[in-house]
Amino acid sequence: MTATRDAPPAAPAVRRTPSRRTRIPLPLLLPAALGLLFLVLPLGGLLVRTPWSTLPQRLTEPGALTALRLSLQTATLATGLCLLLGVPLAWLLARVEFPGRRIVRALVTVPLVLPPVVGGVALLLVFGRRGLLGGWLDATFGITLPFTTAGVVLAEAFVAMPFLVIAVEGALRAADPRYEEAAATLGAGRWTTFTRVTLPLVAPGLAAGAVLCWARALGEFGATITFAGNYPGRTQTMPLAVYLALETDLEAAIVLSVVLLAVSVTILAALRDRWISAP
Amino acid sequence: MTAALLDARLVVDRGAFRLDVPLRVAAGEVVALLGPNGAGKTTALRALAGLQPLTDGHVTLAGTDLDRPARGSWVPTERRPVGVVFQDYLLFPHLTALENVAFGPRRRGADRRAARDTAREWLRRVGLAGHEHRRPRQLSGGQAQRVALARALAVAPSLLLLDEPLAALDARTRLETRAELHRHLAAHAGATLLVTHDPLDALALADRLVIVEGGRVVQEGDAESVTARPRTDYVARLVGLNLYRGRADGDRVRVADGLHLTVADRVTGEAYVAFRPAAVVVHPARPDGSARNAWPATVSGVQRHGDYLRVRLDGPIAVAADVTPAAAAQLHLTPGQEVWAAVKAAETHAYPATG
Repeated sequence: MTATRDAPPAAPAVRRTPSRRTRIPLPLLLPAALGLLFLVLPLGGLLVRTPWSTLPQRLTEPGALTALRLSLQTATLATGLCLLLGVPLAWLLARVEFPGRRIVRALVTVPLVLPPVVGGVALLLVFGRRGLLGGWLDATFGITLPFTTAGVVLAEAFVAMPFLVIAVEGALRAADPRYEEAAATLGAGRWTTFTRVTLPLVAPGLAAGAVLCWARALGEFGATITFAGNYPGRTQTMPLAVYLALETDLEAAIVLSVVLLAVSVTILAALRDRWISAP
Repeated sequence: MTAALLDARLVVDRGAFRLDVPLRVAAGEVVALLGPNGAGKTTALRALAGLQPLTDGHVTLAGTDLDRPARGSWVPTERRPVGVVFQDYLLFPHLTALENVAFGPRRRGADRRAARDTAREWLRRVGLAGHEHRRPRQLSGGQAQRVALARALAVAPSLLLLDEPLAALDARTRLETRAELHRHLAAHAGATLLVTHDPLDALALADRLVIVEGGRVVQEGDAESVTARPRTDYVARLVGLNLYRGRADGDRVRVADGLHLTVADRVTGEAYVAFRPAAVVVHPARPDGSARNAWPATVSGVQRHGDYLRVRLDGPIAVAADVTPAAAAQLHLTPGQEVWAAVKAAETHAYPATG
């Protein structure tokens, strides 16, 4: 018995070594756990306080559905606008050497760090009725942007576009430009090369950028409320509805928040495996 | 000589490096641009394809200037009748083999259906019928190489350019693919320029070799003349010869201070002397007998080289000698050892350095 007990002292020693190696130092583990808790706890609190019994009834209230529909529509339109303008901008930044390129790249990221409310004020100053362009747009085409659904789209696009541009530019830089040379030797001009070769090559990065952009647009609050106001059915998106409901009806605010959370998580989960985690 | 289909003088300045290579390739001819890494081979190929503008000189294909800076003529890559097989093929990863090959014909004006028919026919010719719908990542290295060749040939280019077409393949695939590539290049009616650093590829595939070093042509000719009369150390190493330059006076060439080699040929003036490593005999002491060329040397390295050992010898001239393992064992060859090297006059080949 003693022999068998004494025989394998090597085994536990061997086993102990890797566990000691993987043991995480407390000064790292503790803040990490707290950080995770800090991120997850509010979401948990939201779910705990959700009035699940009255949820279906609450959801079908016209106000909630209208705000949700408006949010989805404007976020999608804003993403479309960002794709239309942001992809060529990203291409320019990634592929063309021009003076002041670094400054342009810095300018593109400004909305990323700018408080959205300031963005909204800035938009008002340019596209407002008496703004730099707004007056001209109103006088020439009769187009008014502030306090309209189009204004919501504009505000969301302004805030969300940097996400798309940065993601697509990164993807373009990572893509091997020699594929474009190969396309040229096969007779493809620059535009054809862009649509037939470059875009498909950066599709994963493009998709990731579009998703980030869409998510940012969906959650947009500050610029929207400043530039487009808070009119139910026209400019009142979900985040605005949540904020408003908080003043009068806490349960309604919770329900709207849960819906927004569900939409975001669903989109993220649906696209994550396919694109976002792709190289 | 008939007018060359491709007539070019490629001059590209890139900082301290200057490429200046005249090139003429006739229709149906395969020319290999051979040289060490950094010699400017790829730059030359890119200049011909229009991916690198010339600083000076010209690229004229079938009488049309594609690039001539002096006259301001420039034809962009996509409008040149040139096909390129890139070193790592650069098959479009998002397209199938068929779509990759159809890409060129489609861009050059064929409708969708005709382009696909052309592509299918080319895939059949390179032996890939049945692989039309594979994506590049589902193809083996050899198959990808053939798709790349089919893609370049599908546009019926006047000039076909190949950049190290076999470099990415393993040894066995390489042998098979080389034979097959030779067949396709021989069938190509236009001019073909092959860029490689592998002398075997160049000798097997090309009708003529152009050897570049440091951006300049150092030697040019068919395989036989280049291998028989190398003109630089690089070429000599490529073809496995010891090469020395010196002053000749009849049957003696002075290749180093105090060392004259007796040669079988009669030459005068500046000359090269070449001999095979196998012709060098290593002796433990000064030899006497028929070998009239002998000099003291120090063993600087011993390496396995196929069935024999390659011995590097320092001395008045640096020499590679091939000895059998038995001889090496008998001589106890180790680095630092003092020996004598000898080579028979009849085993040497001397030729003038000029012309």
